[in-house]
Amino acid sequence: MIDRALIGTVFPVVTVEVSPSRIALFARSIGDDNPIYHDEAAARRAGYRGIPVPPTYPFALQMDRPDPWELIRILNVKLENMLHAEQRFVYRAPIVAGDRVALTEQVAEIYEKKNGALVFCRCHAEGRLADGTLAVELDRTLVVRRDP
Amino acid sequence: MIDLASAEPGAVVATYSTEPITRHALAVYAGASGDYNPIHVDIDFARGAGMPDVFAQGMLVMGYLGRFVNLVSTPDRLREFSTRFLAITQVGDAITCTARLIRTEQVDGETRARLELLARNQAGDLKLKGEAIVAI
Repeated sequence: MIDRALIGTVFPVVTVEVSPSRIALFARSIGDDNPIYHDEAAARRAGYRGIPVPPTYPFALQMDRPDPWELIRILNVKLENMLHAEQRFVYRAPIVAGDRVALTEQVAEIYEKKNGALVFCRCHAEGRLADGTLAVELDRTLVVRRDP
Repeated sequence: MIDLASAEPGAVVATYSTEPITRHALAVYAGASGDYNPIHVDIDFARGAGMPDVFAQGMLVMGYLGRFVNLVSTPDRLREFSTRFLAITQVGDAITCTARLIRTEQVDGETRARLELLARNQAGDLKLKGEAIVAI
């Protein structure tokens, strides 16, 4: 049983540098060959101050935590019993290659469905640029099947 | 590129399909995204968890769905992007993404298009149902 007392649990702040090679690899992995993700000159011609990140890339930033499975441990669930239920991004300012993004995250919500057979956990994260500008907000909702 | 400002509500503004998802694609996405959950790349782990095979990362399919932005606008004009993961996407599924204009609205001094985003496999099964808001 996931304890609702975990709501409000704050993860350690992590600062991640955004590299152009990682953006290019990520874009290729989702089949996006748009030149703005692969070529700095193309990105600048398109008005960016550097190579921008694809829309779902901020989720990958979160995976660069020293321990990306910290949430699983905190919730005390098995990795294989967990699925991604929902994901939301709110974009406040562009993130480009070379930026250092500071990520904060905390457990925002825990609730049950189907008489407790499914437990949902929503975590809210914010990514800020080095000057403090809020660049992105992320909400990931995981669903855990409770062992029968 | 389609003009969101002149599109009618209900109009499909982008549609595209991926190749069938291979195990190789799952491994490349795992490395690129940093999501090393073995259930997506290690068939022994997946079977141990009671699954018949590895299956796609939900975020891989959301990544496919996010490609709409370069077909109708640019990433810097994307304001929100969200999805629900409705069903597991299997190896071999070819994903068709569709972006449909719900409506345009005025928010914070700009005109924004609200879009419905759907990802289906080759059988038409709905995998992801999302929304995006793009400044026009």
